[in-house]
Amino acid sequence: MVKEADVVRTSLADEDADELRHYYYQMLLLRRFEERTGEMYVKAKIGGYCHLNLGEEATIVGLMAALKPEDYIFTNYRDHGYVLGRGTPPGPIMAELFGKETGVSGGRGGSMHLFDAERHFMGGYAIVGGQVPLAVGAAYALRYQEKPGVVVAQMGDATTNIGAFYESLNLAKLWKCPVLFFIVNNGYGMGTSVAMGSSEPDLWKKGASFRIHGEQIDGTDVLAVRDACRRLRDYAEREADPVILDVVSFRFRGHSVIDSDRYRNPEFVRKGRQDHDPVRNFATLLHEHAIIDDAWLKATADQVEHEIQEAIDFANASSDPNIEDLYQFMYATEVANTPGPEDAIAAVKINRGEV
Amino acid sequence: MPIITYRQALNDTLGEELKRDPNVLLMGEEIGVFQGSYRITEGLLQEYGPKRVVDTPIAEEGFVGVAIGAAMLGLRPVVEIMTINFILVAIDQVVNHASKIHYMFGGQVRVPLVIRTPSGGTGQLGATHSQSFENWFAYCPGLKVVAPATPYDAKGLLRAAIRDDDPVMFIESLALYDTKGDVPEDNDFVVPIGVAEVKRTGTDVTVISYSRMTAVAMQVAQRMANEGISVEVVDLRSLRPLDRPTIIASVKKTNRAVVIAEDWYSYGVTAEIAATIQEEAFDYLDAPVQRVAGIETPLPYAKDLSAASKPSAHSLIYAIRKVME
Repeated sequence: MVKEADVVRTSLADEDADELRHYYYQMLLLRRFEERTGEMYVKAKIGGYCHLNLGEEATIVGLMAALKPEDYIFTNYRDHGYVLGRGTPPGPIMAELFGKETGVSGGRGGSMHLFDAERHFMGGYAIVGGQVPLAVGAAYALRYQEKPGVVVAQMGDATTNIGAFYESLNLAKLWKCPVLFFIVNNGYGMGTSVAMGSSEPDLWKKGASFRIHGEQIDGTDVLAVRDACRRLRDYAEREADPVILDVVSFRFRGHSVIDSDRYRNPEFVRKGRQDHDPVRNFATLLHEHAIIDDAWLKATADQVEHEIQEAIDFANASSDPNIEDLYQFMYATEVANTPGPEDAIAAVKINRGEV
Repeated sequence: MPIITYRQALNDTLGEELKRDPNVLLMGEEIGVFQGSYRITEGLLQEYGPKRVVDTPIAEEGFVGVAIGAAMLGLRPVVEIMTINFILVAIDQVVNHASKIHYMFGGQVRVPLVIRTPSGGTGQLGATHSQSFENWFAYCPGLKVVAPATPYDAKGLLRAAIRDDDPVMFIESLALYDTKGDVPEDNDFVVPIGVAEVKRTGTDVTVISYSRMTAVAMQVAQRMANEGISVEVVDLRSLRPLDRPTIIASVKKTNRAVVIAEDWYSYGVTAEIAATIQEEAFDYLDAPVQRVAGIETPLPYAKDLSAASKPSAHSLIYAIRKVME
């Protein structure tokens, strides 16, 4: 974790109270969305791998508060909170986790492959490091087309050990791409600690040999994250220059829903959840400054519960994708000698033992 | 129609597409200042400038990924990989990303990307510079894979690939770059992706091939005609989608088939074609399908060993005689 002395406490004096309350609402929405997602996984409503953003609420909400509509975001597979934070309604996100036609990726992607073109959320990617060159490419296109905006390349701490990351740093700097390399540093890549996996554990320094400026920030402080992201985002856009932000947070649970987290000391986890809970800490801060009271907290909690229940109801009520649409998105440009709806129906019938 | 080389057909097409669409750009190692390792991009930097013709560092995974990301925002990058051997360090970006992005995200974004690269061996390039990996990509749903054999098809397919909204692997061949053929001057003719062509009609045996092996098959067909054997040559042109109906129609007519490709024998393109024929034309076959492919070693350097490891006109003739027995 970031040492207390390193943390720049943001004063609330210049803050807009409604905005602060909105940050809290968003963080609670993410928190409860992920907790309910975990429940739905256990109920087998959700399949495959499922990685939760628990503990990263301030990291995500702070980032999103700094971004502009013209900006683009590429993330790794721990992506639910980013889509939610960018403003996609919870219903289609939950529906995607349930594998429904109404999901954000039409039920073709799942938990690790969320997408919302309208909001410039350009995908969750499940091959570690794969999204990083893509994000540089998007920034390259912005520059080529002389459009405003920056691109966020979100990744986990362990991604800074893979080759694609370094090639991306080099190309982003060389080609003057406005990229915010956003490293969510929760201290562990699955069960491998940063110290075990990285010869340079100060991840923000990893841009040094590419002449890329890096900073570290407390990812459990929503205002600190927001301010750092605003500053670095504006710099990246203005100077057409990439930057690195190493955002330190605490992962509340195992790597994924099915990870029993045996490699972390239970006392370390208990204390981490107690000391570094971004949602509770922010509530305490707002309470101390009389920006919220108990009645508001209760009303907000009720509203969040209601919204997420609605999302779950929406997902439950939605249909599975149609069998005949199995090949629907295979190609964007029609091409000869490719299977169609009738082939899909025939193949699936055989695979189901219906013929 | 003017007669030009395969290289010239590619070079002309790249220039014409750069001129036609400002979102088209070329990326690759040594394609600009150096003018292309095999001179396919010769003169294009001078004509279109460094924004449109981008020299990259040696970082295939990085710049292929950048091209995919740029394509997602509406650019139409045409990437040159110096030889197909080097694409292995970028295969994650091609297979896990380019091929899946349109499907996996429910059709919300397109990847109009072309990756051009020469495959196969010529000269004594040794084990790591002589391989054929087009079957690795043809295996992958979501990609389109084309492999033209003539200057005409090179031009028509490259133009189709650049104008296509899906990722297309465009497979070239070092040994074909200097071959010549008729190419129309019409700036809008395209060869459709996914459609094979009967390059020569015949009645006794069908030879199925693509890229350089189609050139070999055409020569052999001429020679066999002198011996009284009528060979039909089916040039696949596209490996994915694969035009099975054209293959099957030809085999049903000739009742005999030989498949030739430069890649290794086991699990290669010839295996897929042979399997298709037995599935769909088994009752029409008068003899087992013969396959001609590369000998399965890392390609040796020594001149004789190297030449002997690749399929040739000799091995094709041997297979044709065998299937005619």
